[in-house]
Amino acid sequence: MRFISDISHKRVPCYRVLDDDGELMTHTNHVQVSKEMAVRMYSEMVTLQTMDNIFYEVQRQGRISFYLTSMGEEAINIASAAALSSDDIILPQYREPGVLLWRGFTLQQFAHQCFGNTNDFGKGRQMPIHYGSNKHNYFTVSSPIATQLPQAVGAAYSLKMDGKSACAVTFCGDGATSEGDFHAGMNFAAVMEAPVIFIIRNNGWAISTPVEDQFRSDGIVVKGQAYGIWSIRVDGNDALAVYSAVHTAREIAIKEQRPVLIEALSYRVGHHSTSDDSTKYRPIDEIEYWKMERSPVNRFKRWVERNGWWSEKDELELRSSVRKQLMHAIQVAEKAQKPPLEDLFTDVYDQLSSNLEEQERLLRKDIEKHPKDYPSDVPL
Amino acid sequence: MLGVIRNKSIRHTFSNFRHFSSPAKQMTVRDALNSALDEEMSADPKVGEYQGAYKISKGLLEKYGPERVRDTPITEAGFTGIGVGAAYYGLKPVVEFMTFNFSMQAIDHIINSAAKSNYMSAGQISVPIVFRGPNGAAAGVGAQHSHCYASWYGSCPGLKVLAPYSSEDARGLLKAAIRDPDPVVFLENELLYGESFPVSAEVLDSSFCLPIGKAKIEKEGKDVTITAFSKMVGFALKAAEILEKEGISAEVINLRSIRPLDRSTINASVRKTNRLVTVEEGFPQHGVGAEICTSVIEESFGYLDAPVERIAGADVPMPYAANLERLAVPQVEDIVRAAKRACHRSVPMAAAA
Ligand SMILES: Cc1ncc(C[n+]2csc(CCOP(=O)(O)OP(=O)(O)O)c2C)c(N)n1
Repeated sequence: MRFISDISHKRVPCYRVLDDDGELMTHTNHVQVSKEMAVRMYSEMVTLQTMDNIFYEVQRQGRISFYLTSMGEEAINIASAAALSSDDIILPQYREPGVLLWRGFTLQQFAHQCFGNTNDFGKGRQMPIHYGSNKHNYFTVSSPIATQLPQAVGAAYSLKMDGKSACAVTFCGDGATSEGDFHAGMNFAAVMEAPVIFIIRNNGWAISTPVEDQFRSDGIVVKGQAYGIWSIRVDGNDALAVYSAVHTAREIAIKEQRPVLIEALSYRVGHHSTSDDSTKYRPIDEIEYWKMERSPVNRFKRWVERNGWWSEKDELELRSSVRKQLMHAIQVAEKAQKPPLEDLFTDVYDQLSSNLEEQERLLRKDIEKHPKDYPSDVPL
Repeated sequence: MLGVIRNKSIRHTFSNFRHFSSPAKQMTVRDALNSALDEEMSADPKVGEYQGAYKISKGLLEKYGPERVRDTPITEAGFTGIGVGAAYYGLKPVVEFMTFNFSMQAIDHIINSAAKSNYMSAGQISVPIVFRGPNGAAAGVGAQHSHCYASWYGSCPGLKVLAPYSSEDARGLLKAAIRDPDPVVFLENELLYGESFPVSAEVLDSSFCLPIGKAKIEKEGKDVTITAFSKMVGFALKAAEILEKEGISAEVINLRSIRPLDRSTINASVRKTNRLVTVEEGFPQHGVGAEICTSVIEESFGYLDAPVERIAGADVPMPYAANLERLAVPQVEDIVRAAKRACHRSVPMAAAA
């Protein structure tokens, strides 16, 4: 009689391509990245970082109500997006705006969403950072944790039925893997042989809950095998490793019509959101270490520089141009009109129902009769 | 839940119709809930709390230890199921949701297990559990963090559903919920946590407890009855002040208990004032106001001098944009206008007849 023990003797290794100095590690195979691709990846990582810094400040100044950064997870965001095709359907959690950025959602569109104005694709219906764009195959961010996982399996199944050469890709954090939906999603993906990639950002924290209080397994990667799913653990702060793993996972998912799980190890450098102060539950040294020493942006930069593809001049130009674009986008978004009254009622259903028509009519009548009782910032 | 992200909370002004015998101490709703939990945990070693955001359970972990105050993985279905199981076999758990919106992930345990097991086991398995957390609209948190579940849970036999407004309510009702042998859904409001209310010495006493199923008349009046619960009680009181200045005397009923609903207090009030305005932040269809209206029509139809006015949230998911959000939730002015419609419609019509 032999019981399988709770953990195997050896932890599942972590796939890395670049070492901490951005030097290519020997004996690792990886998918080649062209100069053009590498420069674009680096530029978008910097753009995401800059957007986070500036929007965070804008929130602190009270100009938007809420914000949440992806700091420390720029490589997971951008390198995974770079390895996918724009036909692949993304079902995000909320810390993956870089995928949308990569797909061409402009800084202006990000700003419109955060200000919840009338130009926002979401018509001001969702909190800041709950981006979505059907055009970019990026499903609107939904707050209840982990619901996107089984839904991604459904989306993948639909792609499978249509015989499409594309997959569904869903993201979540370590905390989300505790929800039942994670387990249901994995099991269904395996049984239905769905072309779906689960990218789990293991960033150590779920708001104030550390991973040790979240699960007792060797991370998340081992759960894939338990459900009969191909899985890999990668260094999420190594853009080349993430790129290679996602690129290969995509081939497996589409060619072999089966799910793949990627556990990307990283660290949530920012507070959970602007409603959180993480220095209350974790040491500042730990945050600083990951912010400075382990920065995925700096590591990738060193590799790109070493290849002679990037100079200090490029760096200065990029950073100042992104800053300028952001400042402009924020000004425009802040001045833009707020959503009009009709948007309170549209899209509850495909067609305005008679009860909503009636509500709108009564509301307009009331506003006409008692204008003082109503805010003046609602375009009628 | 993503927390209070915009400080739009309503400042409560205490009007002269609230009298307290001794010079009352002030206490926030947060402290009222925390002290109630603390006292009940200290009185009964079987009481324990699962989860914990918003600092309601602050200090309890240090005081009672991680066996009785547990932070858990993010699995609502998991920690709710564990709570229900623990309640079946001797413990008295208090399960906290970051918001009741996320109780949707665990609703099977609440409805199909907690609410029905006593009945299905012919009284052999009771379920002394409390499900608590913020419910309903906060500020600027959009559709998935703003839903009011009072009428959902209120429609389910086997559950008791409480909704405190003031610090007195919070202390008295939470203690009642914990001591009650049945499952209780305890609906708090995030925007009320930081508000202070006067509390008497009686309320501060550790034996203080309020009856489940009894409404409180917050302000007596004779012209129109306004029913409300949770944050809307404050709005109704504000509206009553404004109406007072215009010569309309409103009676404000703080429901406190959604199930059982205190039909007799409501009907007695309507029989006196002959007019009714119901207020809630949730959706109108099948709402708490709909139930109150039915009760009054069934029991006091002959006493009504005007159609019942129902103030509720707009029949749309909550928009995020602040300008539209304001239009989607009841405002004090809406209550004032409804009360005036109820009063003025009847008076001149009667005069003309
Ligand atoms: C069903 C549900 N429960 C709780 C929450 C509150 N909540 C929002 S984010 C979060 C933490 C998620 O952590 P993780 O999945 O690790 O992602 P990370 O924030 O680290 O990127 C929690 C508990 C929620 N949004 N939905």
